[in-house]
Amino acid sequence: MTDLTKLEADISALITAAPDAAALEAVRVAAMGKSGSISELLKTLGSMSPDARREQGPAINGLRDRIGGAIAERKTALEAGELDARLAAEHVDLTLPPPPERRGRVHPTMQVQDEMIAIFAEMGFGLAEGPDIEDDFHNFTALNFPPKHPAREMHDTFWLPEDAHGERKLLRTHTSPVQIRTLQQGQNEKLPSWIAAGQEPPIRIIVPGRTYRSDSDATHSPMFHQIEGLVIDRAIHMGHLKWTLETFIARFFETPLVETRFRPHHFPFTEPSAEMDVKCDRSGADIKIGQGDDWLEILGCGMVHPKVLRNCGLDPDVWQGFAFGCGIDRLGMLKYGIPDVRDTFASDVRWLDHYGFSAFAAPNPATGLS
Amino acid sequence: MRFTLSWLKQHLDTTASASEVVAAMTMAGLEVEHVDDPGARLAAFSVARIVGAHQHPNADRLRVCQVDTIDGRKEIVCGAPNARAGLTTIYAPLGAFVPGSGITLEARPVRGVVSNGMLCSAAELQTASESDGILELDDSLAVGAPAAMALGLEAVIDFEVTPNRPDWLGVVGIARDLAAAGLGKLKDPSVAAVPGKFPATIEIRVDGDACPVFAGRLIKGVTNGPSPAWLQQRLLAVGLRPISALVDVTNLMSYDRCRPLHVYDAGKLTGGFIEARLGRQGETLEALDGKTYAVTPDLCVIADGSGAIGLGGVMGGESTKVSETTTDVFVECAWFDPIRTAQAGRTLGITSDAQYRFARGVDPEFVIPGLELATRLILDLCGGEPSEIRVAGAAPAPLAAVEFDHAYVEKLSGLTVADARIDAILTDLGFAVHGEMVTPPSWRRDVDGKADLVEEVARIEGFAALPSTPLPEMARAVGGVLTVRQTRMRNARRAMAARGYAEGVTWSFIRTAWARLFGGGDASLRLVNPIAADLDCMRPSALPNLIEAAARNARQGFPDAALFEVGPIFRGDRPQDQAAVVAALVAPHPPRRWDAAPTDPLFALKADLMALLDEMGAPPLQVVQGQASAWWHPGRSARLQLGPKTVIAEFGELHPAILKALDADGPMLAFELNLDAIPEPKRKPTKTRPALALSALMPLTRDFAFLVSADTLAGDVVRPILAADKSLIAAARVFDVYQGKGVPPGQKSVAVQVTVQPVEKTLTDAEIEALSARIVAAADKAVGAKLRS
Repeated sequence: MTDLTKLEADISALITAAPDAAALEAVRVAAMGKSGSISELLKTLGSMSPDARREQGPAINGLRDRIGGAIAERKTALEAGELDARLAAEHVDLTLPPPPERRGRVHPTMQVQDEMIAIFAEMGFGLAEGPDIEDDFHNFTALNFPPKHPAREMHDTFWLPEDAHGERKLLRTHTSPVQIRTLQQGQNEKLPSWIAAGQEPPIRIIVPGRTYRSDSDATHSPMFHQIEGLVIDRAIHMGHLKWTLETFIARFFETPLVETRFRPHHFPFTEPSAEMDVKCDRSGADIKIGQGDDWLEILGCGMVHPKVLRNCGLDPDVWQGFAFGCGIDRLGMLKYGIPDVRDTFASDVRWLDHYGFSAFAAPNPATGLS
Repeated sequence: MRFTLSWLKQHLDTTASASEVVAAMTMAGLEVEHVDDPGARLAAFSVARIVGAHQHPNADRLRVCQVDTIDGRKEIVCGAPNARAGLTTIYAPLGAFVPGSGITLEARPVRGVVSNGMLCSAAELQTASESDGILELDDSLAVGAPAAMALGLEAVIDFEVTPNRPDWLGVVGIARDLAAAGLGKLKDPSVAAVPGKFPATIEIRVDGDACPVFAGRLIKGVTNGPSPAWLQQRLLAVGLRPISALVDVTNLMSYDRCRPLHVYDAGKLTGGFIEARLGRQGETLEALDGKTYAVTPDLCVIADGSGAIGLGGVMGGESTKVSETTTDVFVECAWFDPIRTAQAGRTLGITSDAQYRFARGVDPEFVIPGLELATRLILDLCGGEPSEIRVAGAAPAPLAAVEFDHAYVEKLSGLTVADARIDAILTDLGFAVHGEMVTPPSWRRDVDGKADLVEEVARIEGFAALPSTPLPEMARAVGGVLTVRQTRMRNARRAMAARGYAEGVTWSFIRTAWARLFGGGDASLRLVNPIAADLDCMRPSALPNLIEAAARNARQGFPDAALFEVGPIFRGDRPQDQAAVVAALVAPHPPRRWDAAPTDPLFALKADLMALLDEMGAPPLQVVQGQASAWWHPGRSARLQLGPKTVIAEFGELHPAILKALDADGPMLAFELNLDAIPEPKRKPTKTRPALALSALMPLTRDFAFLVSADTLAGDVVRPILAADKSLIAAARVFDVYQGKGVPPGQKSVAVQVTVQPVEKTLTDAEIEALSARIVAAADKAVGAKLRS
């Protein structure tokens, strides 16, 4: 008769001592395998008398179950230990740098352009575009700059050479030619669809884009960006102009307190014409908008000149409205404290990194402009 | 245009201060650019009197003065030779900043004697460019009186005259607007005629094309010399140099009435006539600026029997100018055509006070009154006897009346202004109002419509009164306001920034030599007047600027630039020749790294380009190698195209020779994508997407290793595989390219993983074998690929 107590103690000792899964498996096979010590015992149950079986059965089965449980328990413990050891061996130095990555930026002028588009889109303005190389008609004549008039000298124009017909193209000095392209009724020139074509009023558009004047210093650049606005309807007056620009400026500078004023001015293509100033503080190193007692001119505007409407085939006794134009780079410089316009076009990676914007800073109504 | 407050008060009855005048000007549309206020600038300085002056004990050239000042009696050391007892001069207290010497006064001993202030010269106050001693002032001045007052200095206001308002180039015009704006009362500017004492002996002729109207008169027996102090001071204050009484009168008229005139020494005129005519080929003229100008047939010249003696409306001539010895003077008062005068200024390169005014248009009806007023001034200053006036030609027709429904003021401006107030404003500005007919004054040739009248009313009533009226709601398109193209440009920018590129905005013009390297440089795109020689040609590509920028960044110690630009390129000068591109450039000099070496960075750039195209919604494109433009590395570049005619993008490494020409260190990798070439998606009636059909059957993959000749492109291996069974083969991707041991020389192994997506039922082994055979056969047929054993 096998001493079950001793057998259990021997096997348990082997289980506890098994250093790894393989040793434990060997113990399991020796005890519970086909001809393992416990399996052999179980086989003896069949040849026992019922009484003996009644006594030995539970004892042997109990032994089997306990040893089985102990092996499973030891197995779990050994696996946990092995995992720990493996994980410990997989240690890496996470103070090492990740693969180098560059930080991309959106140019501040383009960010500001997107901000302006967002503000005017909410007011129902669509976006119109036109070519950078323009003809004299769209840039000047149709906008009521008579040929040879001194008003043209206000624009330092870049000229292209005369063509075979004696006409010379120019680099647009403002975005206003797109007003003409939009207003001109019955225009049938075959042009790519991105270029504004004549549309019937009511009209409500903005026109951002590159503009050019032969001028260069800290505040003037031979290329710059303008945004133009045009609203034409039956009863649009200067009060609407005032509200639109006041609202635009408050939303753009993201300060409700920015004080503005309108001053009479002269532009050939508007009548009456005005310039808009904002309150500013020039006492420090840079100009602060919305504070102080000084005024800073920020844009030109006015009611579209009846001659411009007539030049485009519209009856100024029926249609009227306003137009405005301002510098995108300039307003961006004021808003974000950018000192010199020339840096804007220099593509210095440090400058772009400092003044640029995250790809995800797209203006939207939920997060604001930037 | 510059003027002083006292000059303004000759025409405007007002008690307003300089700052009130400036404020009123600003709000009436006269944009003040600068106010030079000597009263403020010299506030620290005041009149003082020297009561005693003694030799400095330790210095021969210094004097120790006892001075009565606004601060009491002071001991002041002075080095001026004219520092003497009894002299009335200007005193600067300790702490004052002396503008002429740039120092702030401190109580410092001068050779042992402390000077308690300073006595000043004109140069030290910057009221003269040089001086040889301290100021010597009138003894009647009280000690303590402000220096500016004692020196007769007053505020000078400088403002921008917009081209529509030549009348503001005369002080009376400024006064009229300020009076209308409520700042005071305009003094009667009308002019009394001066009767002629004898008939004019000099005949006047005009060619109407050159000069519509020319009036003149002779004044005999004048004495020309320096003009009186008041006139000199008035001219000096606005920056004009006094010359002689006769010339000073013409300058005064120019600035006071916007009425330029010219005076000729009648003794030097020949032929008994003076005429305004077009210039003749070959004529030359020595003008008053000492330069000789070639006269052309489109210029207006003034001539006498000797030929050209002046450039009409621009500048007089040397041969007939007045001098101290002039006794008989001929006074010209003409109206020169604005456009011709503007042109003359540009042709000759002359901008004189006269040219500036005539080009903008002086009052054509002030020709005779102007001549009368000038006569009066000359008689007062120089004596003499005037002839009768002679006139040739006729002034342009008076301005037509404008029909003006007063309700239009409110309709256009939104301002509510009573009819009586409207009429009062217009009348104050010189308009003649008869019910609904309004005639502009002769000096307002800019006014020719009712909107102009609204502007007059609105600016005088004040823009501050404008209502702020919200824009009415208008029917608008559902969805966004941007077009597909506009959205693409916006998204391209943010996609590139998200992938680590910094956005540059660079000039649309580049140097012609660079434009030529990139397929441009056509004569029609070269600026006639570039701002600089290296910015003279519209760019055919955005790449040269990005290359230059990367090179510049490298020179500054940042060689690892990744830049992009979304902007225009120009293939010709017509609107349709302009296209929008996205250009990107990488200077692959990343920091060294501790982990695995990176693969060829050109493929990272390709990944960025592919991601951008995906973002732009481009359809699948062919990659074509060996046909990219000349500025690319021939072996490391490709183009992406929809078909042979629609090239969407080119990418690769830039040609080393191009980089060298642009003074840039390579390598540089780049792409340029033509946004306008990507087809726009078809508009769909709804935003609904097609239903997603997910297969219940597991996709399976099979790997194939092919042997191909070493110059075979991987793409040429993959394309026939994909085409071998379009319904079952979902993807094929190269995962290994190998040359070396086990691969015959001149060949390479290309390993492709093919993903098979069963459609209706699971594929049997036999079906998979059959498909594999088709794949191998297709690759063999296309590029002679053999399965590697």
